[in-house]
Amino acid sequence: MKKHNKYQTEVTGAEAVILSLLDAQVTDVFGYPGGAIMPVYDALYDYMDQLNHYLVRHEQGATHAAQGYSRVSGKPGVVFATSGPGATNLITGIADAQIDSTPLVCITGQVHSHLLGTDAFQETDVVGISMPVTKWNIQVTKAEDIAPAIAKAFYIATSGRPGPVLVDITKDAQFGKTKYVYEKCESIRSYFPCPKVNEEEVSKAAELINNAQRPYILCGHGVLLSGAEKQLLDLAEKANIPVASTLLGLGAFPPTHELYVGYLGMHGNYGPNLLTNECDVLIAIGMRFDDRVTGNVSKYAKQAKVVHFEIDPSEVNKIIHADVAVLGDAKEALELLLPKVKAQKHAQWLQKFTECAKVEFEKVVKNAVNPATEKLRMAEVIHQFHQLSEGNAIVVTDVGQHQMITSRYYKFNHPNHNVTSGGLGTMGFGLPAAVGAKVAQPNKEVVAVLGDGGFQMTIQELGTIMQSDIPVKILVLNNNFLGMVRQWQQLFFDRRYSFTEMKNPNFVAIANCYNIKGKKVTERKDLKEALKEMYESKEAYLLEVVVENEENVFPMITTGASVSEIILE
Amino acid sequence: MENTYTLSIFTEDKIGLLNRVTIIFTRRHINIESITASESEVKGIYRYTIVVTVSQEQVEKLVGQIEKQVEVLKAFYHINNDILSREMALYKVSADALKENELFTRIVNENHAKILSISPEFIVIEKTGDEREIKHLFNDLEKFGMLEFVRSGRVAITKPMKTLNTFLKEVENNSKTTVKHFNK
Repeated sequence: MKKHNKYQTEVTGAEAVILSLLDAQVTDVFGYPGGAIMPVYDALYDYMDQLNHYLVRHEQGATHAAQGYSRVSGKPGVVFATSGPGATNLITGIADAQIDSTPLVCITGQVHSHLLGTDAFQETDVVGISMPVTKWNIQVTKAEDIAPAIAKAFYIATSGRPGPVLVDITKDAQFGKTKYVYEKCESIRSYFPCPKVNEEEVSKAAELINNAQRPYILCGHGVLLSGAEKQLLDLAEKANIPVASTLLGLGAFPPTHELYVGYLGMHGNYGPNLLTNECDVLIAIGMRFDDRVTGNVSKYAKQAKVVHFEIDPSEVNKIIHADVAVLGDAKEALELLLPKVKAQKHAQWLQKFTECAKVEFEKVVKNAVNPATEKLRMAEVIHQFHQLSEGNAIVVTDVGQHQMITSRYYKFNHPNHNVTSGGLGTMGFGLPAAVGAKVAQPNKEVVAVLGDGGFQMTIQELGTIMQSDIPVKILVLNNNFLGMVRQWQQLFFDRRYSFTEMKNPNFVAIANCYNIKGKKVTERKDLKEALKEMYESKEAYLLEVVVENEENVFPMITTGASVSEIILE
Repeated sequence: MENTYTLSIFTEDKIGLLNRVTIIFTRRHINIESITASESEVKGIYRYTIVVTVSQEQVEKLVGQIEKQVEVLKAFYHINNDILSREMALYKVSADALKENELFTRIVNENHAKILSISPEFIVIEKTGDEREIKHLFNDLEKFGMLEFVRSGRVAITKPMKTLNTFLKEVENNSKTTVKHFNK
């Protein structure tokens, strides 16, 4: 075991990278070596017992793995990649992390500083390219600047509204010698990550809530990021307010609680969408009114006073006007709010949600989880998987129909157990993100629920699972279509199925080639047993379930429609 | 309703930050009408002056996104009444203008411009003023044959009295737990 001696005179820049990560309490890194980052990988060789490195099969996979890691652990995900194509391959994952507020620290190698701007081999302006999709980035050309840049990177990535940062380090900086000093960064003069909660605004929020007849809470990812689950529960219970969740907020509120009314958005639950336009006070906590949640903004909650709890000032009034905005950390704000809120009962208002749930159950849920069709349907698979795992698994989804079905039918009992690509909608996210999630939470069951399309976008990460022996479970819902696009083609493009049908390979055979056990299920009678075998496997396992080709996800709010125009079939 | 706004943005000295700021405009398909960047009265702190024509709502959102950037200290937006602003222009006209010396000199004097250089082929005139005044001189000089014309971006000083130094002291106290009253 190599130990850095503090009195040692000098280290290389590359070693300073590794030492900085260790000082930042990093234990795991996802990455891929290459020319311009070779000195860092060489330094890593001496620290393999202190820093676990997972070799992915494509740099995009490293970013998604780091995202999955971060989302279930609350720690920043760390990525290594080389210059040029290595760096550009990170962009999708970085963009995904930016829009879903996930802290990543990406470290890229860069060509020698004297070659910058010369179109050198594997030179690309990654600082320029990543600028619109990072919270912050920097290029370092001197060894002595490495430790301060990395310290700053961790502070920025994890503070306030989290996000991805990128540190690009030229090869000569990695080779250069420097005295190693790591000073944790705790403030930056021009950066105000977390506004202090203003008590006056909290009082105004309390007044609106106390006078409301039909208050309604929308909880988002911010509740999870702030760790405000308990405060949210206390608020909802004290003032007897129904709670709905955004896609990324799932798990922030217990799904079995009588005040939990469901999931918001384009394919969310009926009542939570419909009744947005009937509440009188809308309490948005740690959410940003994404267009998938609001539908047509000009017809969104016009009757309601809006109270917005938000850490990022630029999100307030961005989409929906806030009558009261409480800036700051959600947990801190809700703690201040709680004593000001009166105990109330809103039985009649809650009854409306119950009635809507009944309608949705009769028209959608009943048939979805127990279909009369010959072929299996996605919702029954997820429903059975939910029952089997009792809502306790970490479920990582890709993007598309299977994602919406999972969000609808898997009930997350715990916070930070739902990992999905929300804002960016990145197909290919699921498999590598599940790898990262399992690395972060080795004692929990991690199941990647994937579609046949998204699976094949990052299917090479089966190699990462094999090499690093990561017991991830993979549930592929195969309808031999890019199902969500096909659904839209059916509904809005006159059934012209332009390039959405997939001729798929033998997924089980592919898994087997990577030494991953697998099974394919086509019959209903075999489903339960197969799910059990997958879930209880001690090793990585792939279960392919062949489902109906042309199943649609309902309810649905079509483009341009209002939340109250949600259709059930 | 669209209006002309002047944005004053105070930033740390960092390579690439101007790019980060301009991306915010281009991403929203907003044209930057003029831009200047220079060090402010405080060493190490830069001031960008950007002019755009947008709605009140748009300018508020722009400023919000700009302030979100880690190395931006503060961004302000102003309508024309709130600022004193100037642009500078250089005009190169043919030396033939001297053939009508009296008229030429009168135009330069009446426009509060000054002659920067005279050579056998051309004369360079310098003018500081607002956009309208600069355009006015352009029109007057055009008859002598305009060989070249260049106008700077706007520089602006705000009328409200709050020095950058007092503001800096505030942010230094606040950068750990900032109080920012968005609603006010």
